[in-house]
Amino acid sequence: MLEAYPDNRLSRIFLWGFSALVMAFLMLPTLVVVPLSFSASNLLEFPPRAYSLRWYETFFGSATWMAALRTSLILGTLTAMVAVPLGLLACISINRLGGKAAVTIQGVLLTPSIVPGILLAIGLFFVLAAQRLVGTLFGVLVGHVVLAIPVACIVLLPALARFDWNQVQAARSLGANWARAIGGIIVPQLHISLLSATLMAFLTSLDESVISIFISSGRNSTMPKLMFLSLRDQIDPTIAAISTLWTAIVVAVVLIVTLRRKS
Amino acid sequence: MTATADPALAADALRERRFFLSLSLPALFIVGLAAILPILWIIRQSFLTTGGEYTFGNYEKVLSSGLTWSALVTTLELSLATLAICILLGTPLALALASARPRVANVLMAFVMLPLWTSILVRTYGWLVLLRRDGLINAALTGSGLTAEPLPLVYNFTGTLIGMVHYMLPLFLLPVYAAMRDIDANLIRASSSMGASLGQVIRTVILPLSAGGIFSGSTIVFIYTIGFFITPAVLGGGKVNPLSTRIERTLSTFQDWGSASVLGILLLIVMAMIGVMFLAARRLSTRNGAAHA
Repeated sequence: MLEAYPDNRLSRIFLWGFSALVMAFLMLPTLVVVPLSFSASNLLEFPPRAYSLRWYETFFGSATWMAALRTSLILGTLTAMVAVPLGLLACISINRLGGKAAVTIQGVLLTPSIVPGILLAIGLFFVLAAQRLVGTLFGVLVGHVVLAIPVACIVLLPALARFDWNQVQAARSLGANWARAIGGIIVPQLHISLLSATLMAFLTSLDESVISIFISSGRNSTMPKLMFLSLRDQIDPTIAAISTLWTAIVVAVVLIVTLRRKS
Repeated sequence: MTATADPALAADALRERRFFLSLSLPALFIVGLAAILPILWIIRQSFLTTGGEYTFGNYEKVLSSGLTWSALVTTLELSLATLAICILLGTPLALALASARPRVANVLMAFVMLPLWTSILVRTYGWLVLLRRDGLINAALTGSGLTAEPLPLVYNFTGTLIGMVHYMLPLFLLPVYAAMRDIDANLIRASSSMGASLGQVIRTVILPLSAGGIFSGSTIVFIYTIGFFITPAVLGGGKVNPLSTRIERTLSTFQDWGSASVLGILLLIVMAMIGVMFLAARRLSTRNGAAHA
């Protein structure tokens, strides 16, 4: 964009130097955790004097952390299984209706992502408390599903906009009912977008922390909830090992999504 | 036209429309159940005593407490400071990325987005490791003799602000970068050939043309930071108390559901007021823009 100013070397060096510092600031906290997780020491020393896998062993040997990992993975899977079908149906409805009705539905579905997490969390806490459901997997699940539906829709709406609806028309005129038309024509053709939406919904649940902190408890505590509690109490390098694993999982999922979309 | 002429076809169209509406019902139902009902419940709870009777007592208690007002001030201070730093750090970075070759820019964007894909708890932990008294930054500072004493970088306002800027910066950057990418390079070439200096081009061409992106980015920063909970809760170390951590403490420590609800409503009102302000500002600026054009 600034090719017209080739001789402004000094300002260019200044601009890029400044940008490099800002980018370092952005990446630093994620990257600093990785070497610490392989440290052999109890202390948070950097760079570590000796390396080991002891913090990974501590993590995989801890019944509490393993239960939390299990809860988070189950919750992520259930969230994706519920949010993506609901999101797909809603997106078909938005796409076909158009006009004011579509805008209204979209607006309502987006509400949860605009309202501060802390308000959703305490409101949900009150509602669930009245039904004695605080601390259950179900309680966290509904919270995660409403956050995952807009994420799924962001992926699915553009895909449906490219979809050729004449195919459904043809199938319907040949006697297929709507369930058949959706399952036999729309789903197979959108399978890449549906896979992306599934992974994104899974990630949304995996990453969600505020609702988890307020609603999940005991055996149903999620990974973010346990991490939050241990960050408040004391910080030992086990968290570094968990953080490294966690980031690796998320980056892997994101890479799968982006590479699949490109191919 | 045929639809109005043929009642059977019109009935068909109506039936189809109803069917499509029904497809969104499951999603709308669960959003109602897990997002809209909870907000309404907070409003109801704010008028209830612990015994379940209706009262205005919660409002009197919360609004007459100095803690509430200092929480409100802290909330706004954190949001404004985060926004100011995001603009100062993010705008030059967006300019650098927008002026880079597309392939380089794409790779760099992936790095910029890395924190967005890292759990907030992982990042908060990273900042704790870096900023504590015996953390890496203080070790480097005292080790090199730059400071005699370790600096208080975390468990205070500074630490909270660093964590919040780190969270918001990529989200601020996206719309600003998109706006700058869309600027027609010919405009800059033209300004250059007419003798404008680089500084003049940035001030009079690039910044005005990316104002929309900066505005969107600022709106996003405000909407997110007003309700931020995890960063102040961990990096504030109990000393930084915006509305969000006040709500949590009122609920978890004092079991005072009514007061927590009043604080929640206060948070909603602040958000709504800021939203209206941003909308008004946008309307005003587009009207002025139209007048100039």
